Amino acid sequence: MSEPHLMHEAVICERIQESPTIFTLRLAFTDPEHKARYRFQPGQFNMVGLYGVGQSPISIVSDPEDEHLLDHTIRGLGRVSLGLSRLAPGGRVGLRGPYGRGWPLAAAEGRNIVLVTGGLGCAPAVSVIRYILRRRERFGHLTILQGVKHADDLIWRQQYERWSGLPDVYVGLAADVSAPGWFGQVGPVTVLFDRAPIAPGSLVMLCGPEMMMRAVVEDLRHRGIDENDIWLSMERNMHCAVGLCGHCQIGPYFVCRNGPVFSYPELKALLGERGF
Amino acid sequence: MAATGFLLRGHMQNLLDALRAAGYRCVGPQVRDGAIIYDTLSQADDLPWGWRDEQKPGRYRLGRHDSPWGFAWANGPQGLKPLLFASADTLQTARRTDEGALHFESATPHAIATAVLGVRACDLAALRLQDQHFLEGLVPDPHYAARRADLFLIAVHCTHPAATCFCVSTGDGPRAEHGFDLALGETEEGFLGTAGSAAGAGFAKRLPLRAAEPREQDALEARITAAAAAQQRSLPARDLRAALFANLRHPRWEEVATRCLSCGNCTAVCPSCFCHAQSEEPTLDGLSSMSVRRWDSCFTQGHSAIHGIVIRADTRQRYRQWLTHKLGSWHDQYGRSGCVGCGRCITWCPVGIDITEEAAGICGSGHV
Repeated sequence: MSEPHLMHEAVICERIQESPTIFTLRLAFTDPEHKARYRFQPGQFNMVGLYGVGQSPISIVSDPEDEHLLDHTIRGLGRVSLGLSRLAPGGRVGLRGPYGRGWPLAAAEGRNIVLVTGGLGCAPAVSVIRYILRRRERFGHLTILQGVKHADDLIWRQQYERWSGLPDVYVGLAADVSAPGWFGQVGPVTVLFDRAPIAPGSLVMLCGPEMMMRAVVEDLRHRGIDENDIWLSMERNMHCAVGLCGHCQIGPYFVCRNGPVFSYPELKALLGERGF
Repeated sequence: MAATGFLLRGHMQNLLDALRAAGYRCVGPQVRDGAIIYDTLSQADDLPWGWRDEQKPGRYRLGRHDSPWGFAWANGPQGLKPLLFASADTLQTARRTDEGALHFESATPHAIATAVLGVRACDLAALRLQDQHFLEGLVPDPHYAARRADLFLIAVHCTHPAATCFCVSTGDGPRAEHGFDLALGETEEGFLGTAGSAAGAGFAKRLPLRAAEPREQDALEARITAAAAAQQRSLPARDLRAALFANLRHPRWEEVATRCLSCGNCTAVCPSCFCHAQSEEPTLDGLSSMSVRRWDSCFTQGHSAIHGIVIRADTRQRYRQWLTHKLGSWHDQYGRSGCVGCGRCITWCPVGIDITEEAAGICGSGHV
C-alpha cells in the first residue's frame, strides 16, 4: 500500500535571510535511500511540515540535478511559515513530495524564453532561470522581467545583476512604489515590455498575483504571443497535495495535481474570476 | 434481473445471522434521535419497522405507521459516506526525540469486514463517485481503500420516496441497478432478493429463500415504478455544466446568498462531497503529533484561505463554488454530475434552500 500522506525527515543544512521576511531553507533528507530516490522538476513543490503545527506547499527553487540540497524560499506570514522562519541550521522539518506539474521545459528547448514574475512569485521562476542558465546551449534568448510592489521587496538583487551581465540574457526590474536607490523602472511589470526583447514565438512563463498575470497576458497577446505559449504557475490552499482534500480547486482543476503550472488556454475561462 | 428468491419478513434475523457467520459486522438503518441512521445492527428487531419519514425543505420528521414494512422511508442524514470516508482519520504520527530528530509513521488503516443492509440506489451512485475520487486518482487513499475492500452491500430498492427526492432526474434511482452484492425489494410479505455479484449469489444460498412468485415480482415492479412517478422534484434536463459557467454573474447567486447561512450542512450530508482539512494535533506531552484529516466544507472561510487572502470571502462565491462544482466541473473531473438526487441538502438545510430550484433559477428550467 502506498503512503501518500507520509512525511520524511529533512535537516536544515543552511538558512539564508533573503529580505526582512523572506528566507531560504536548504534542506536534505536524512534517510539516504529516500534522498537517492527523490527526483523533481522545476515548478514542482513540496509539502514542508513544521512539527506540531502544520504543513505548507512550498516550491522548490534549487536545480533538479543538485543531488545534495533542496532549496525552499519562504515568506514568513502564517503559523507554519513563521514557525519555519525561526528554525536554525540543524533543525528538522517534515518533507513530502514532489507534487504537481512543473514548467514545460521540453517544449521550451530551442526557444526564446520570457519570464515575467511578481512579488514572491519569483521563487518558482528562479528554479527555471537557474535550470536554463545551467543548460544554456539548449535554450534561446532569456528575458527576465520582475515586478515588485515596493522597491524594498526585491530579493536576490545581486543575482539579477549577475544575470543581466550574461550574454543573451535581458533583465528588467519594476516597482510600483520606488525607494531611494531604486535602479529599476517605476510602475507595474508591464512598463518593462516596450524596452524588453519579447520576440514573437517566445515561450512565456508567468508567476505572481493573478491580476498581474492577467494584465501581462493581455499585453502579451497584443504583442503577438500565441496563447498556447503562455504558462502560469498558480497558488491555492493545499492540505493533501495529492488531489484529495479539495481545497485547491479552480473549476475543473486540482491545482496540486493538474498544476501548479497551467497553460493559459486551460485557465483563461476562470482566470481573474473572483471566487475561483 | 430475475429474482434469486423470496425472504419472508420474519427471516430477516436469519440474514443478519448469516452475515455475522460470514465474518461481517452488520450495519443497518435504525431510528435514533428522531432520524434514521446507519450503525451497527445487532438484531433485526432494531430495523425501522413501521417507521415513515416526512421530508421537505428544512424539515425531517419520523412517524409511526401501523404497517409491517421496514424500509418505507427514503433516507436519513447520512448514507455510506461516513463508513468509508470517516469524518476524522489520523494520517500519520510524528515523534520528536530529545535530540530534535523527527520520526514519521503512517497511521495504519484499520478496517473490519462490514456488511451494510438497506443501501439506497442514490447512495450506491454516490459510493461510485467516492470510489472514483479516493481510489482512482493519482494515489489511492489507504484509509478509504482499507474500508472499501471488505464491504458487502445489500441494497433495498426505494419504494417510498420523500418529497425532497429527485434521483429519477439524475438517473440514479429509485431502483438499485448495480454496485451491490444483493438487492432486496420490499413487498407486503417480505423481500424479493436479487444477487448482484458472485459474493452476493454465494451468500444468498445461505438464506432461507423460497422461490419468488411472478405476482410478487410484478408487485415490486409496480411499487418501484410508482416511486419513480411520485417524485416531485427534478434537476433541469439540460447541460448544467455549460449553463452554470455561462451564468457566473447571474443575480440569483446574490439572492441565494441572502438566504444561505454558509453553515455547511449541505456538504456534511451530501454523500459525494469529499473535501477535508488536514491539521496537526500535538499530544499534551509534546513528544508526538498527529496529522489528522476531518471533513471540511467549501462554505467555510478557511477552505479557500491562502496567506492573508480568502479566495471565496463571501457566501455568494461559496454557494457558487459548491453548485458549479457539484453540477458543473464534476463532469470534467469524474465524467458525470456530482449530484445523485438524494435530496439531503434540501432537507437538512436549516433555511430550506432547494438545489433543484436554484439550478433552475440560474440555468433556466427548459430543455436544451
